[in-house]
Amino acid sequence: MSNIPSDLKYTKSHEWVRVAGDVAVVGITDHAQHELTDVVFVELPAVGRQVKAGENCAVVESVKTASDIYAPVSGQILEFNATVVDNPALVNTEPHAGGWFFKLKLSHPEEVNALLSPEDYQKQIDG
Amino acid sequence: MTLKRTPLYSAHQKLGGKLIEFGGWEMPVQYTSITDEHLAVRQAAGIFDISHMGEVFVGGPGAENFLNRVLTNDVRKLAPGLGQYTLMCNEAGGVVDDLYAYRMNSTDFLLIINASRIDVDVPWLEQANAGQAELRDLSGRMAAVAVQGPVVAKFIDAALPGDACGGTAVQKISELKKNQVGIFIFDFSTLYVARTGYTGEDGFEIIAPTEKIEAVWNRLLEIGRPLGLKPAGLGARDTLRTEMCYPLYGHELDESTTPIEARVGFFVALDKGDFTGRAVLARQNAEGTKKKLVAFKMTGKSAPPRPHYGILANGRAIGQVVSGTQSPSLGVGIGLGYVPSEFSRPGTPLEIEIRGKTAPAVVVPKPIYKR
Repeated sequence: MSNIPSDLKYTKSHEWVRVAGDVAVVGITDHAQHELTDVVFVELPAVGRQVKAGENCAVVESVKTASDIYAPVSGQILEFNATVVDNPALVNTEPHAGGWFFKLKLSHPEEVNALLSPEDYQKQIDG
Repeated sequence: MTLKRTPLYSAHQKLGGKLIEFGGWEMPVQYTSITDEHLAVRQAAGIFDISHMGEVFVGGPGAENFLNRVLTNDVRKLAPGLGQYTLMCNEAGGVVDDLYAYRMNSTDFLLIINASRIDVDVPWLEQANAGQAELRDLSGRMAAVAVQGPVVAKFIDAALPGDACGGTAVQKISELKKNQVGIFIFDFSTLYVARTGYTGEDGFEIIAPTEKIEAVWNRLLEIGRPLGLKPAGLGARDTLRTEMCYPLYGHELDESTTPIEARVGFFVALDKGDFTGRAVLARQNAEGTKKKLVAFKMTGKSAPPRPHYGILANGRAIGQVVSGTQSPSLGVGIGLGYVPSEFSRPGTPLEIEIRGKTAPAVVVPKPIYKR
């Protein structure tokens, strides 16, 4: 059973988003890390990069395969998680906490409204 | 195309196996995690469903001569109850398949072939045979499991008790030596048990009639679990064999690649008389080949190498990765790839192209992982 925290928003491509003011923190969901298992490498976007919602902007590699990570919302990268780059296993052990990927400054805050609620994300992974 | 399912399909579902397509079959890639299953095999034991693999019976007075003309290794070296790794080549020396050949008695052999090559191998063998040997494709009627790891010998006899009634004459399975095969009785059925595998660990491959394989699987799991036996999927099978540099057909081997290029020339008996592909292989063995298979390790922190990534040396493209992964045993990216022979010496620096950037690697001796 996947953990789906109620204070986060979600995407169909299994990213989570924590919005506070005009800043969003992004990571991959517990369901995603469970499907990937054994995360061994994470490649994150550089600080200052402008990303568009839906843009392929990071890569997470498990033993078996490489998976693209998409920006859930548009904005400028403020920070990436250097700790998870050094210790990719955090994606598996704490996907919603220490395993976060990057923070961005929202350029189109209204895009947040298009993200999935925890209930909708639950329905999607049950579907 | 509908995917084929092995007789262990429902067993995999019950165990929570994640199923993927492999060579036309729906097979478990992992149950818990590739790393967990990999380390279970290195440290204790793992059990794999290998029912998709093909089994071909070749028998009769003409079988030995026939096999020696169609396979690269010398089956005359096989005493009854012994097996060998061997290859089947075309006239150009390209590999049609790599396989295991077991001699069951003075006249009869059992070939274990790759699942993805059954539809090619069987007609190939039939055409080459021309009536010299009796040939039967038993792939649809036989299933198999591999049980691999350092503790397997401690529970195999308790799981499958009894002495051999054919092949190598032993009192119990654990008395089999490497590459030996015996016939054992399990629930009124015949099991072929060989001490071999594809992981670099001690272990056995067990071939049973399809209707009996689930009972064998369950029995092994029941007896082996207390000693650390876990079900293991194709993901771990691939990382284990990559660490050992064992070729996988379709990656290291194909119809346009020779055993000499793939550096499995040890299994090509050039001195045994003529066989298909011999002329090319003898020339390559004497003169060397333009390209060679090398093993490499990533030297810095990087994403794991993957099949089809480019290999560079001094910034120039020189080859391609054919197998690559993160090594669960070593914690670094490892791989196999073809490069011009002048770049094949261990210690040669390489670069692997990963998503448009290059990452440093170095050619290493085989196997990549040593116990």
